[in-house]
Amino acid sequence: MECYPLLTKEGARGRFEMSLPPPDPLLRKEGGRVLMEGSQALAEAAVQAGCRFYAGYPITPSTEILEYMSVRMPQVGGVCMNAESEIEAIGMVWGAAGTGARAMTASTGQGISLMQESFAELANAQIPVVVVNMCRGQGDYFQSTRGGGHGDYRFIVLSPASAQEAVDLTFQAFHLADKWRNPVMIMGDFLLSHTSELVEFHPIDERSLTPKTWATTGAAGRKAITLTPLGPSEKLSTNVAGALAGVVQKHPAIRRDEVRVDCGWLDDAVLVVVAFGFPGRFVKYAVQLARARGRKVGYVRPISLWPFPSDAVTQAAAHAKVVAVFELNSGQMIEDVQLAVLGRAPVVAIGGISHDHSGFGVGPMLNVEYVLQRIEETYPQ
Amino acid sequence: MTTRNTEPRTQSPDAELRKVFEKPALLLKTEHSLCPGCGEPLALRTILELLQELDLRDRTICVCGIGCYTAFPSIIDIDVLQALHGRAPSVATGVKRTLPDRFVFTLQGDGDMVSEGLQEVIHTAARGEKVTAILLNNGVFGETGGHMTATSVIGQHTKTTVGGRDPERHGNPIKISELIAPLDGVAYVARGAMHTPAAIKWTKQCLQDAFQSQLDGRGFSLVEILTMCPTDWFVPPESGTQWLEDNLKTTYPLRVIKAVS
Repeated sequence: MECYPLLTKEGARGRFEMSLPPPDPLLRKEGGRVLMEGSQALAEAAVQAGCRFYAGYPITPSTEILEYMSVRMPQVGGVCMNAESEIEAIGMVWGAAGTGARAMTASTGQGISLMQESFAELANAQIPVVVVNMCRGQGDYFQSTRGGGHGDYRFIVLSPASAQEAVDLTFQAFHLADKWRNPVMIMGDFLLSHTSELVEFHPIDERSLTPKTWATTGAAGRKAITLTPLGPSEKLSTNVAGALAGVVQKHPAIRRDEVRVDCGWLDDAVLVVVAFGFPGRFVKYAVQLARARGRKVGYVRPISLWPFPSDAVTQAAAHAKVVAVFELNSGQMIEDVQLAVLGRAPVVAIGGISHDHSGFGVGPMLNVEYVLQRIEETYPQ
Repeated sequence: MTTRNTEPRTQSPDAELRKVFEKPALLLKTEHSLCPGCGEPLALRTILELLQELDLRDRTICVCGIGCYTAFPSIIDIDVLQALHGRAPSVATGVKRTLPDRFVFTLQGDGDMVSEGLQEVIHTAARGEKVTAILLNNGVFGETGGHMTATSVIGQHTKTTVGGRDPERHGNPIKISELIAPLDGVAYVARGAMHTPAAIKWTKQCLQDAFQSQLDGRGFSLVEILTMCPTDWFVPPESGTQWLEDNLKTTYPLRVIKAVS
């Protein structure tokens, strides 16, 4: 594979050699798999998905995406902007995406907070951008799925549990953004960003997408248009209400078509554990260990956080005596779980706020032994 | 003296009458929705005339900010990408970097560019983005109904500076053109106004020089245009031009501040 020139030493000097290690050539020979940090793998997937504009502001733990793009984008004829603030970064991405280019930004929860105004209006203007929210824990679930912006907008939110899933969901993110003309967020965390895993890249079939006739490229050979969150794109039209209503009309279709979920051992489960993102992987393993002990435990791992896989949770809860939610925050996704369970079973929180001393990284609760202990404590007698 | 009027026409009216003034073809409507005496429609007409004369319509993308002039995108025959309040320079950066062969200009008011978006315009200028920023400066938040902006002049009465802008209480106005001009990456900065035919002519030349500097790839260009806002200056429409002459122009003199050849 010739797509990783960055990872040779020409593009990286000094301490960059530490953060951008060359892939093991032996691994690359076996099926094209390569060892990459999650953030770099995600960034490479974006490049291979056709992303040609990236703007970002450094912030842990999303910075590696900016570092990668600053070297990688020029290699493919793209643009990477080390923006002067998160607000400017999302503005630049707005401009690039407005011309029809595939464009992306990344930040962590704090920087994402600064971008909320633009998120709301990007959705209203129906400009497809991809935003990576590489959170410091899981406390930004509400931020990602509800957002702090104004109005009736929604982001499609995808939550990978591994570097490979981050790669796959990045290809899908760009596709979904264009398909629905709606921003898509990929929600990761410190562990996803900084864990190196074997990944392979499989671009998806995108022939179903239609040309971006809505893009502002200069009006050569056609009528001029306005690409705006404030109303219709046709000149002289005054149908503002119609334009805004048109934006939200697609929400039911997205809820119907774009649910992604990973489930296991649900058939006879009396305890169902719901968890998302990288911690969802820990839960899956803990459930496997509990099964080995004879416990009838299953799991639901939402991959799309919006649309939330409510049907999967509802079905899982139909036979369960208890539904437990493991998330590393004070209880955010649990509200979506409760809405899906609708009283069919008690819903209990078995996670909590958990950080290391830096406040950035992996806290003590993210531990299979701990999860297993909580499963045992919650298991219906 | 009356011969000319009484003589019967011997030729068709077309041959005899020469059209010296008309609506620019890029303007899709003859009326606008702004106040009587407003200077912004004059600025728009001047910009459109120039785009037409330079034959730039097909390759132009306007990035528009938020203010009274946000009424303009739907009545002009060029592609417009609407930005949020203060964000037009960043959005224009994304456009120009993605499509370097297009002509990109921003339209912002003083509230948009100098109050809300000061950081963005300074960084965009310092990066030397090859875009033209057009500032419509009337020294007041017109759309909200007459409140102080970063360019309201000392002594100016607004609804939030009742009794006049006082430097001790309200701070001092920012001369954005003079602030931007020294930055490396900036190719052209000039200030015009819309209150007299001579000023409009001057402004059109400034715009042309700014546009040309972008077309030549020389760097960032800024044209600040002083416009009348009689409604929120609380003067009659017909007094707006004189108010501009006596108040705005004394703080913001019309001149070319920087021109890199």
